[in-house]
Amino acid sequence: MIRLSALQFRAQAAAAAAALAVFAVILAATGPHLFGLYDSSGIPACQAHGNCLPLATSFVTKLGGFYPVLYFTGAGFLLLAPAIIGTFWAAPLLTREFEAGTFQLAWTQSVTRTRWLAAKLGLGALTAMATAGLFSLALTWWSGPIDTAAPFAKGNSITFLRLGFVLFPTRGITPIGYAAFAFALGVTTGMLIRRTVPAMAATLATFLFIQIAWPIWVRPHLIPPARKFVALTPANIPGAELAVGPGGSTILVPHLPGMTGDWIISTQNTDPAGRPFNVNTVSACQGNTPQACNNALSRLHLRDVIAYQPASRFWAFQWYETGVFLAVALVLAGFCFWWTGRGRLG
Amino acid sequence: MSAAIQASGLGKRYRRTWALRDCALAVPEGRVAGLVGPNGAGKTTLLRLAAGLLAPTCGTISVLGERPAAGPAQLARVGFVAQDTPVYARMSVAGHLRLGAWLNPAWDDALARRRAGQAGLDLRQRAGSLSGGQRAQLALTLALAKRPELLILDEPVASLDPLARREFLRGLMEAVAEHGVSVVLSSHLVADLERVCDYLVVLAASRVRVAGEASALLASHHRLSGPRRDPGALPPGAEVIEESHTGKQSILLVRTGQPVHDPSWTVTPVSMEDLVLGYMSRARDDRTPRLEVVP
Repeated sequence: MIRLSALQFRAQAAAAAAALAVFAVILAATGPHLFGLYDSSGIPACQAHGNCLPLATSFVTKLGGFYPVLYFTGAGFLLLAPAIIGTFWAAPLLTREFEAGTFQLAWTQSVTRTRWLAAKLGLGALTAMATAGLFSLALTWWSGPIDTAAPFAKGNSITFLRLGFVLFPTRGITPIGYAAFAFALGVTTGMLIRRTVPAMAATLATFLFIQIAWPIWVRPHLIPPARKFVALTPANIPGAELAVGPGGSTILVPHLPGMTGDWIISTQNTDPAGRPFNVNTVSACQGNTPQACNNALSRLHLRDVIAYQPASRFWAFQWYETGVFLAVALVLAGFCFWWTGRGRLG
Repeated sequence: MSAAIQASGLGKRYRRTWALRDCALAVPEGRVAGLVGPNGAGKTTLLRLAAGLLAPTCGTISVLGERPAAGPAQLARVGFVAQDTPVYARMSVAGHLRLGAWLNPAWDDALARRRAGQAGLDLRQRAGSLSGGQRAQLALTLALAKRPELLILDEPVASLDPLARREFLRGLMEAVAEHGVSVVLSSHLVADLERVCDYLVVLAASRVRVAGEASALLASHHRLSGPRRDPGALPPGAEVIEESHTGKQSILLVRTGQPVHDPSWTVTPVSMEDLVLGYMSRARDDRTPRLEVVP
């Protein structure tokens, strides 16, 4: 049965291998120059003593237009890869057999349909996971210098952090979990809907919804965020930026050295009693000089409360998120076996 | 000897409609059994239940004494040719034979190649470009080369032209003679079955209407024609399957174990087609549940 599944899946595997080869050649051709720039930028050494900002900024400037385009294209490709796998590999896997009626041929050989499903599902999922894993390995390697330098250069720009909303699932092992989940989702959808095009559409819609909803509602809370309390003092108030806080309030965000690469989930100002504080309510700041406003703020003994995920949790998040998606993939696969075993197919 | 297919109280419901209900059936082994009925009668459902492609909603079915698709061993004993003989369009004929060899421990490769040659199949040709008749031959070859004890065929010749139909049935009969395989074959065309079947099951409106040895069924059914009268005046034990009346004359299709002696009736034997059509029209007219089984 595995041989038959391999035969039926070879076109997809060949397409994956070709795409992977192109990807690897591009990254291998451009990687050495990128690493050369990084090694000569002084960033590896500056992390020990602190002030990386000018070095990182100069490094990012030297990259020019080409490398950032490649950086985001690669990430975009890894974001799309699981959706492609689920939609174009997994969803048609069973529906093609239903639409052509060939499931009747497959199920009446001397092999149980459970083994038939196991071969199709297992082989497909392993190919999907291996493909996503290899893409991620190549991209994670290539993007290493930029991932390290970008947070220094860009301050707290969230999208540029590898632990954040966008880039996180394009690095490390998470793409493997996403690929397994997308594959199981596509097969399950195909099994329930039984027609190729609707199953593909449903898979794509479901996966994209989860891909967008997950970083907004779930990922920040996979591990309880760490908290940092920064007193707003005459020393840091003049350098602080005004920002929009919870409930549309205005808050003061001081410059925070030492939070490079951390993923800031939320930040708010509180008064000494711990209640949320809206800077806009300070009358001394209405139409007064900045100096007078700063003095008034200093006297209030406000604090900036930051909930954040430290950059050092990157791998913990990688394992958690991969684990969750793999577990959901296993549950979906189990459902497929249960459904098939009950004779609900056909 | 166990039954090829034995069912009792068998029913299959799709959402809210019953495709098959209250089906009691015992098709003996060693026969070529014809399953006949109009389109939508439940033939495909019954055969899919027998092949283990479907699970029954209620009742039981056993095939060669086991639950259908109970395991690899049971699957190996039953060959199945599905309606419209589906094959993998992009796989070659040789690829299909390789598939059969991979998936069936008892695969008879010599038989498969010989049959493919006899049917004029080009091993390198993609199955999707085969004609309907060739595709049916390929599907039959796959089903036979796994060396089953029972071969189930669902409308295998429905879409074939008359020549291909004759070729297919001849190939099937050769295999029956050579390997002694039992066959259950469905069709909505009685003429196909008449040529090859020695056992008959009539299925109409999702129920089995009559089932039995073809020769016994033909011997126990008669067409009576005579002056118009009430069919209640028939001898005891005779059952009217179908009746039609004109102004002066009555024509009846009856089943009876005894000869009809009443001289006012002209008694003529019935053909299998008459018999099948009689039960089908009764099923259409009479929606009350009935189950007729002739042992």
